[in-house]
Amino acid sequence: MIELNQIYKTYFLGEIAVPVLKGVSMTVAHGELVALMGVSGSGKSTLMNILGCLDRPSSGEYWLEGQEVSHLSTDQRALLRNQKLGFVFQNFNLLPRTSALENVAMPLTYTTDHLSDREARRRAAEMLSRMGLGDRLHHEPSQLSGGQQQRVAIARALINRPSLVFADEPTGNLDSRTSEDVLRMFQQLNEEDGITIILVTHDATVARHARRIIQIHDGVIVDGASASAAKPAETRLDQALSTSETGERP
Amino acid sequence: MKIYRTVKTAMTGLRRNPMRAMLTTLGIIIGVGAVIAMMEIGEGSSSAIQKSIASMGANVLLVVPGTAAASGVTFGSGSRTTLTPEDCEAILRDCPAVRTAAPIVRARTQVVYGNRNWVPPTMLGTTFAFLDVRDWTNLSEGEPFSDRDVLNANKVCLLGQTLVKELFQEESPIGKEIRIKNVLFRVVGVLSPKGANMMGSDQDDILLAPWTTIKYRVTGSPLTTANQSTSSGSSSSLNTLSNVYPGGQPELYPERSAVQAANNPMPIRFANIDQILVAARSSEQIPAAIQQITEVLRERHRIQPGEPEDFTIRDMTEMTRTLTSTTTLMTNLLLFVAMISLVVGGVGIMNIMLVSVTERTREIGLRMAVGARARDILRQFLIEAVVLCLVGGALGILLGHGGSYLVWVFLKWPVETSPTAIAAAVLVSAAVGIAFGFYPAWKASRLDPIEALRYE
Repeated sequence: MIELNQIYKTYFLGEIAVPVLKGVSMTVAHGELVALMGVSGSGKSTLMNILGCLDRPSSGEYWLEGQEVSHLSTDQRALLRNQKLGFVFQNFNLLPRTSALENVAMPLTYTTDHLSDREARRRAAEMLSRMGLGDRLHHEPSQLSGGQQQRVAIARALINRPSLVFADEPTGNLDSRTSEDVLRMFQQLNEEDGITIILVTHDATVARHARRIIQIHDGVIVDGASASAAKPAETRLDQALSTSETGERP
Repeated sequence: MKIYRTVKTAMTGLRRNPMRAMLTTLGIIIGVGAVIAMMEIGEGSSSAIQKSIASMGANVLLVVPGTAAASGVTFGSGSRTTLTPEDCEAILRDCPAVRTAAPIVRARTQVVYGNRNWVPPTMLGTTFAFLDVRDWTNLSEGEPFSDRDVLNANKVCLLGQTLVKELFQEESPIGKEIRIKNVLFRVVGVLSPKGANMMGSDQDDILLAPWTTIKYRVTGSPLTTANQSTSSGSSSSLNTLSNVYPGGQPELYPERSAVQAANNPMPIRFANIDQILVAARSSEQIPAAIQQITEVLRERHRIQPGEPEDFTIRDMTEMTRTLTSTTTLMTNLLLFVAMISLVVGGVGIMNIMLVSVTERTREIGLRMAVGARARDILRQFLIEAVVLCLVGGALGILLGHGGSYLVWVFLKWPVETSPTAIAAAVLVSAAVGIAFGFYPAWKASRLDPIEALRYE
């Protein structure tokens, strides 16, 4: 589904070139639940932006479902994000003073195949009930708890039936119990609907919910670049923890 | 993406912060309201000013006969007798640009009442239309004479203020009889004071009577005589010359062919008048009126193409110029005030929209992340601005209209509803919305989704 080939990303601060990604190559297959792990400054956010088609690599190839997307125009990438990708953010990013229902239906405004208003609302309501918020359709974000807000955000990410969902520190603003709920929801979506999910996190307990962990350190992938090379999550996690503690590569 | 969706998104965006939307709109409401009120009050004042200038004679045209000439000697304008009361009626009937027309017969003779006498410089035989043309229909006493008085050549007259003072002093002249050339005229009304005209001559030193009465009873002239407005000397010398050179008799109209005479028999007897006073419908219609009168009179007087006219039309160029410049000045002034208030309103909109873009950076980032293209964002913010401006424009029209209505009710200022101003206000407020909404919307659409999402 995803195939990265020698992705480089270099930012320029005036005259100084700052390389962030230095030749990242990795694959993610359909239906995987992958955690992208790394300390802050390791380039994981940049990698996620490129994977999520929000940004373009400086060089390298990015194949998404058999399509080379690193050279698409801004508008083409917007269309791609709308149709194939879903995003869940750390700070939920719900529209304030807008009902949960309308928040969830919002991405449908930008789809090319036009749904009627009623159809859009029906789909949004259905999605919210799946998230267990069937009785909270008309609540505004300020009237919902953190976990509920994140579930609204997940419903919004799923409204366009994407094949790939990115979750950027989805539990960063939640307590451990609601974190557990949200992560279990991701696992459930992955298992039941076969949606490919990429969790971006620096938290090992979150990463433990994934079936594979991709370790990124200092702009290169140090572990878990492809499913075949992957060891069981638990072992790698221990390694990862020791790596981040000692700062040396395995 | 359908435009309807964008409008809906924009409306939802506005509804989320009604207070801000309302305050933003307030700028436009006040702007457009000021424009509409200024326009309505201004148009009212402007047309009141125009009307008072027009009453001084800006719309007035004077048709006088052309010059008589015999053996190379010309006698000056008005010395021929070519105008008839029928000409006057034809002008009124066939010239759409003419509001009204009055025939004028002039006389200059002594007026006697009791043991006092006076010679008014203007003694005019005319119809009621004269008062209408001069905007003089409000008499200070009595009633004007009617068209029936004109038809019957009744011996009635209207007196100017100066004449009343000279002849009657303290007495009321209404119903009294004065003598003009030993003919008794009953005074039916006194004209309101008008003062001196621009040349300094006293306009109140005047006597008005039906033109038939003046023509047949006062000047006592046979029906075809020389024009009274030229001196009797010239008309008698005209006659003398005609006698000296038989065949040099000035013909009223060019010789008619036998066919013309058979087709269109003409009465031998006719009355001539000295002038025709014409009021155009408005000062803009003066050129049209001149052209129409020329056509009608050329046809009636059977003047071949290429031949000179036997009449002259005079207009009040000076007055018209004053009127035009006043109107232009008023219009420009109003436009200027309107522009300023709309620009102020527009800047207000831009301000708030810029704040709104900054405040909603995260929302913009999110919308972009879920698939909004730059142009979707641009359109959303643009439509928000335009909706604000249009709503503001609509409320502003109501406010302005209400304001000018109150001014009319309480201050009695002249007010004129101006559909042009309303249409302009709607157009301009939409234009302001687009013009001042564009920059913030463009700024929003240029945002980088990654940075926008991270914006705190």
